[in-house]
Amino acid sequence: MKRPRPEPVQVIKQRRDGALAALVGNVPYIRFMGIQFERRGDELTAIMPYSEMLIGNPILPAIHGGATAAFLEVTAIIELSWAILWPEIEAGRMDADTLPRLPRTVDFTVDYLRSGLPRDAYARARINRSGRRYASVHVEAWQDNRARLFAQGTGHFIMPDLAAPRDG
Amino acid sequence: MTDGTEAQVAQQFITALPHARALGMRMLSIGNGAAEIEMPYDERLIGDPVTGVIHGGAVSALMDTCGGAAVMCHPEGNGSTATIDLRIDYMRAATPGQTIRARATCYHVTRNVAFVRAEAMDEDSDNPVAAATGAFTFERKGTKA
Repeated sequence: MKRPRPEPVQVIKQRRDGALAALVGNVPYIRFMGIQFERRGDELTAIMPYSEMLIGNPILPAIHGGATAAFLEVTAIIELSWAILWPEIEAGRMDADTLPRLPRTVDFTVDYLRSGLPRDAYARARINRSGRRYASVHVEAWQDNRARLFAQGTGHFIMPDLAAPRDG
Repeated sequence: MTDGTEAQVAQQFITALPHARALGMRMLSIGNGAAEIEMPYDERLIGDPVTGVIHGGAVSALMDTCGGAAVMCHPEGNGSTATIDLRIDYMRAATPGQTIRARATCYHVTRNVAFVRAEAMDEDSDNPVAAATGAFTFERKGTKA
């Protein structure tokens, strides 16, 4: 009995990156905000590059609290969708045309810890619970120092109806 | 209702905030610890490409701006604020193509904190799209902005 040879790394990377690009590229608002995602294995980091249109207080200047909230919520939704998609991608069942619907936000709470500086912002989400119907996700966002968060958030989501598995 | 000058002052508030401007917000009224802001439907703000529903993030930005405006126009305040926390409940999806209108009230202030409630509606004003509660920093009149 021999194990099948693992797929070439480029093939795997291309499939994973393609799925992520399709997931993110599908949402006009993510493009509007300029938010990007970086992937290391299954770990995602969201990046919101600084732009003048994100400013809420021009005197300080500081990033608008609403832009920060949106950044956290986008990060949570993409992380959750990504976690749903991952097994499909790994099984080779996923392509850009078969994206599931996105999770729907039930509520989202943002905790503003310090003012958002006119710099790039980063965020990572952690799924604390994900069931068949509901999920709870926590997000942390930082700028220059990973340990000094400028905002964190928790949200509850309704999971999308997953299409019946194609191979039974 | 606001007269011409008040309306101008109100719109200047939005114009001074690049992010609110980018989202196309328009101030409908502001004064005495309450504010009303609308955000027209815009395809760039779509969060669900299948249905065309606006992203929750854009609604959050509307609620945050409206809450902040309510605090800034509170008669006992000095006109500056920052959000401490904001919770938003999404009751239903906003109907694609419709303007979303938010109304916020600063219902209580302490020496340092302002408490705010807000609601967002589309054209069906009997069924709110979202509700928010928030705490904002508050500085009393006479303290330096």
